[in-house]
Amino acid sequence: MSKSTPPLPYWADVVLLPLINLLAALCMCGLVIFAIGENPFSALKVMINGAFVYKGALGYTLFYTTSFIFTGLAVAIAFHAKLFNIGAEGQASLGGLGATLIAFALSSLPGIIALPLAVAGAALFGAAWGVVPGYLQAKRDSHIVITTIMFNFIAAALLVWLLAGIMLEPGQFSPQSSLLPEQTWLPKIHEILGWVNIKTTPTPLNASFLVALLTCLFFWVLVWRTRLGFEIRTVGQNQDAAHYSGINVARVIIITMAISGAFAGLMAINQIQGVSHKLILGFTAGYGFTGIAVALMGRNHPIGIFLAALLFGALVQGGTELDFEFTVITREMVLLIQGMIILFSGALAYMFNPPLARFIAGLTAGREQSNG
Amino acid sequence: MNYALELQNVSKSFGLVHANQDINLAVSPGSIHGIIGENGAGKSTLMNIIYGMHRADKGTISFDGEQVDVRSSADAIEHGIGMVHQHFMLVPTFTVLENVMLGSEGGLTLNGGRATALKRLNHLSSTYNLEVDPHALVSDLNVGQRQRVEIIKALKGGAKVLILDEPTGVLTPQEADQLFEILKVLRDDGVSILLITHKLTEIMDITDTVSIMRQGQMVGHRKTSQTSSQDLAELMVGREVLLEVEHTPATPAEVRFSAQELGYTNNQGVVELENISFEVRSGEILGVAGVSGNGQTQLMETLAGMLPLTTGSINVLGTGVTSRDTTNPRKIRDLGVGHIPEDRHTHGLILDFEARENMILGFHKTSLAGSGKLFNYSDIQQNCEAKMGKYDVRPSNSRLSAKNFSGGNQQKIVIAREFSANPGVLLVGQPTRGVDVGAIEFIHKQLLKLRDEGCAILLVSVELDEIMSLSDRIMVLCDGKNVGIVDSAKADRSTLGLMMAGQKQGSTI
Amino acid sequence: MADFLYQLLLTFDATLRIATPLMLCAMAGIFSERSGIVDISLEGKLLSGAFVAATIAALTGNAWLGLGCAMLAGITMSLIHGFACITHKGDQVVSGVAINILASGLTIVLGIALFQRGGQTPSLPKEDRFTPIQWWGVDLMDSIPILGAIYRQLISGHNLLVYIALLAVPLTAFVLYKTRFGLRLRAVGEIPKAVDSAGISVTWLRYRALIIGGALCGVAGAYLSIAQGGNFVKEMSAGKGYIALAAVVFGNWRPLTAFLACLMFGFLEASTARVEGIEFWVIGEIPSQLLQAIPYILTVLLLAGFIGKPKPPAAIGQPYYK
Repeated sequence: MSKSTPPLPYWADVVLLPLINLLAALCMCGLVIFAIGENPFSALKVMINGAFVYKGALGYTLFYTTSFIFTGLAVAIAFHAKLFNIGAEGQASLGGLGATLIAFALSSLPGIIALPLAVAGAALFGAAWGVVPGYLQAKRDSHIVITTIMFNFIAAALLVWLLAGIMLEPGQFSPQSSLLPEQTWLPKIHEILGWVNIKTTPTPLNASFLVALLTCLFFWVLVWRTRLGFEIRTVGQNQDAAHYSGINVARVIIITMAISGAFAGLMAINQIQGVSHKLILGFTAGYGFTGIAVALMGRNHPIGIFLAALLFGALVQGGTELDFEFTVITREMVLLIQGMIILFSGALAYMFNPPLARFIAGLTAGREQSNG
Repeated sequence: MNYALELQNVSKSFGLVHANQDINLAVSPGSIHGIIGENGAGKSTLMNIIYGMHRADKGTISFDGEQVDVRSSADAIEHGIGMVHQHFMLVPTFTVLENVMLGSEGGLTLNGGRATALKRLNHLSSTYNLEVDPHALVSDLNVGQRQRVEIIKALKGGAKVLILDEPTGVLTPQEADQLFEILKVLRDDGVSILLITHKLTEIMDITDTVSIMRQGQMVGHRKTSQTSSQDLAELMVGREVLLEVEHTPATPAEVRFSAQELGYTNNQGVVELENISFEVRSGEILGVAGVSGNGQTQLMETLAGMLPLTTGSINVLGTGVTSRDTTNPRKIRDLGVGHIPEDRHTHGLILDFEARENMILGFHKTSLAGSGKLFNYSDIQQNCEAKMGKYDVRPSNSRLSAKNFSGGNQQKIVIAREFSANPGVLLVGQPTRGVDVGAIEFIHKQLLKLRDEGCAILLVSVELDEIMSLSDRIMVLCDGKNVGIVDSAKADRSTLGLMMAGQKQGSTI
Repeated sequence: MADFLYQLLLTFDATLRIATPLMLCAMAGIFSERSGIVDISLEGKLLSGAFVAATIAALTGNAWLGLGCAMLAGITMSLIHGFACITHKGDQVVSGVAINILASGLTIVLGIALFQRGGQTPSLPKEDRFTPIQWWGVDLMDSIPILGAIYRQLISGHNLLVYIALLAVPLTAFVLYKTRFGLRLRAVGEIPKAVDSAGISVTWLRYRALIIGGALCGVAGAYLSIAQGGNFVKEMSAGKGYIALAAVVFGNWRPLTAFLACLMFGFLEASTARVEGIEFWVIGEIPSQLLQAIPYILTVLLLAGFIGKPKPPAAIGQPYYK
């Protein structure tokens, strides 16, 4: 058998290793950029400018970050129970549907009631779309990965049918709904700042960002400060021990997937209630899959998820800038970076573990020797 | 004449665990050599080394006088070693013939080698009485038949040494007898057989020579004709002198826990528990003795609600649970039963959680975790530290992950958790397995204290010393049956040993 | 009535064409999953194959070279998957998702870098593609009623890759059930320890399964971009890789049943265009999206145990530790 590698110290495991994985992913992308004849470093500079430096850039970046926080939290809560929720994409679509339907249904009510209920609708519909695969896994042993993938496609078909059919805005040819009633629109952050006389560049960043931050807090409290969170973590660690200690494993799995779906559903409010104010086909834009990368990089912890979501928000916004500045590079470069990050932070996450652990062990041993 | 198989100073460690230490072994050709020892003695690791699934850290292996380097099972097979594993390595969706052909298909396409393989299979089958239908699906075969397929697989390469790892664990007595007839024919044909088992009767019935393993070491070699069950049992089970804990006589009160005609049949149809009935009273310890593998685990798991009862019922503090009720651990716990599981790693602890979180596992819904809706970590920490102090857990660091505690201290965490809940009934399995001697005495004292406070305790252990030291009455299990319940004051090692070997029937008190 | 039958025939004809990439990817999925490796990345391999085929064919004018390179592309993606899952025991689902996203990104990035057409490759003239092959005697057969129509529409007139796909199914079944490699592959997906203890390398077996799968997906990709179509368009795989995965699951991981599932799914898609707007008795108009969603709904029902019992390979998804 192989010689056992020394364990990584906590700080190395939580901070250093993810950074190394990120660096490896970026290096690979840099190689690709180099191969197509561009300078990776100037590309990097353009992205950073586009994401943070230019007027309004931060607002745009945070706008994307908001979506990624939601989907990242969704995937992460499922991971805590050792469930792989690939269905965030479909759950987010259903969330959008929920928010839209509730908004239209309550169009006669004032915003103070209708708006939060629409948000709740998004969470509820997303939860429903997550709970079915959860139930099938818990009670009928149906592999959750495959069912959630299937549910993504079913959701897409459902939305096309509705948007091109009964929900289609009269007079429009591309599938979309009518405008949501104004009182259900989420105010933009620059509008809110305007109320207190702070002038900023208008960006799509809206109040759902605040909801996302609150959700991060909620996530933390749920997982580490409640009894349910304890049960979720226990089931994720060892289903047998959980069962032995009296935890109802099936119930935990179902509830976890409901919560996961709810988080994913909330992603919709950023786009639907915050910006477009109508249900558009394809608004999820693959962000459900990005959530996987965010959760993996963020190690399923809200702080890590926020940072990873920020990184990906910057990538998307920076990617748009790349599109402007380079003829040869477009925003799809971000997909490449995303894939590399998932590969290195997810599948190859522990590839660098043995050499890193031995390196650190060697350093500390060396230091002890020179001291002693 | 060379030994068919010889091991010299073979050692193997997994991290800090010394699975095999300086093992010496010599097996003559044309003989049946037994290797006996308890679970965890290191027998399987040794066999895996011989068969190339693991590599020894030190030591030499010789086949037929020639030293060899066994780097993979392909090497072992080439040198004439065949192995029948404890957990069958058969593909259930294949036929018998396909399973036997795996690895020796005789060509790129199956059709070519099929006829030759069939001929070989039939030849082996008739020579050694291994009756089996080559075209049957393995999933349709019963356990005895599957084992015959395993043996044919092991022999197909013309093996000169056949290793059988706990072969009778899944067989009925009749099937076991049939197996032994087959082994005798093989032996008479010049094959050397290594029989790994923990059952004394088998050793005495069929082996020519026997080696005894205990805690990773060889502690003796005997000629079977020159030894006895008692001799072997003592070598197997004994260890350094256990401090005799002061054992005041019990004053048992009302019956708190009883079982009537418990039976458990597993998914393969093997009856693992049969007609078990007993009572445990408040203030007494009923010990369950027996050589491991005779139903103790199944008894613990059915009583804990992890496995469903096939027949019979149990009664806990007045509430009945029959075989028709779906049992779950929550229900049993809610009835007031505490549980120290046999396997703390799989069932008792979450190794990656901190000690303080493990201390509330199963109790996380109580006020131990905080009086409000949210966890109160200072409460959780205080709870843990108090218990760690009371039960002498070292180091008393409640933030340390469970996996970083020694075996003994891990066990103390589990004990601290379960005992503190003041259970009316306690089920304890192998409480001092993997625990250092210093902690053993402490744990024993705690058990007795709990008993004196009125708890009804069922203690299952394969350590006979422990059973005799702690129990007020002793029930002996053999082959899943209750062989008798004796008063511990009147019991002696040799009587118990005979009961454990199934050679004496005790009365039930 | 004759018109209805003729329409049906045309639908079957379309079915074959739609099902071709599904069949190839499904066989690929079967090789991989029967060896114990979960394969979510059929989609990514399909897309990569399509891109490479179109690019090489456009650059060299040789469709065969395009086909060969597409197979290499599929194999490369498979090797990445294998490196992560087999050698580094990484999570197989995560690796699959990563490969799909990588493929999406790489194909567009490289496509724009090479051709600057927003991700498309240049349209290929007929000589540089795989074109329909008319079988001998097709004009003669025309004079025979019914059979002639079937011969012309259904059997003859497909391009080479369709016939290759149809061959791939019995070939896969043959390899899986009648060869030594297939026996060992099926064993390693059920009980890898049994294979190891018989002295066979689990790792090498699984790598070989992945390589075969990658090559098959490459062929499927080439079909999309240089046979059925004339160029590569971004994201042209359009979820076919996932439908193929659904077909594998629905076919209970067996070549023949997966093939039938592919045909069924292909038929559903082929009929989508044809039933649009038609009012059926009682049920009224069938939304095309419902037809599109049926493959996925059926797979979920199968997994939930409502239609038959799913029997995945026992060792699937678990990395092998000695």
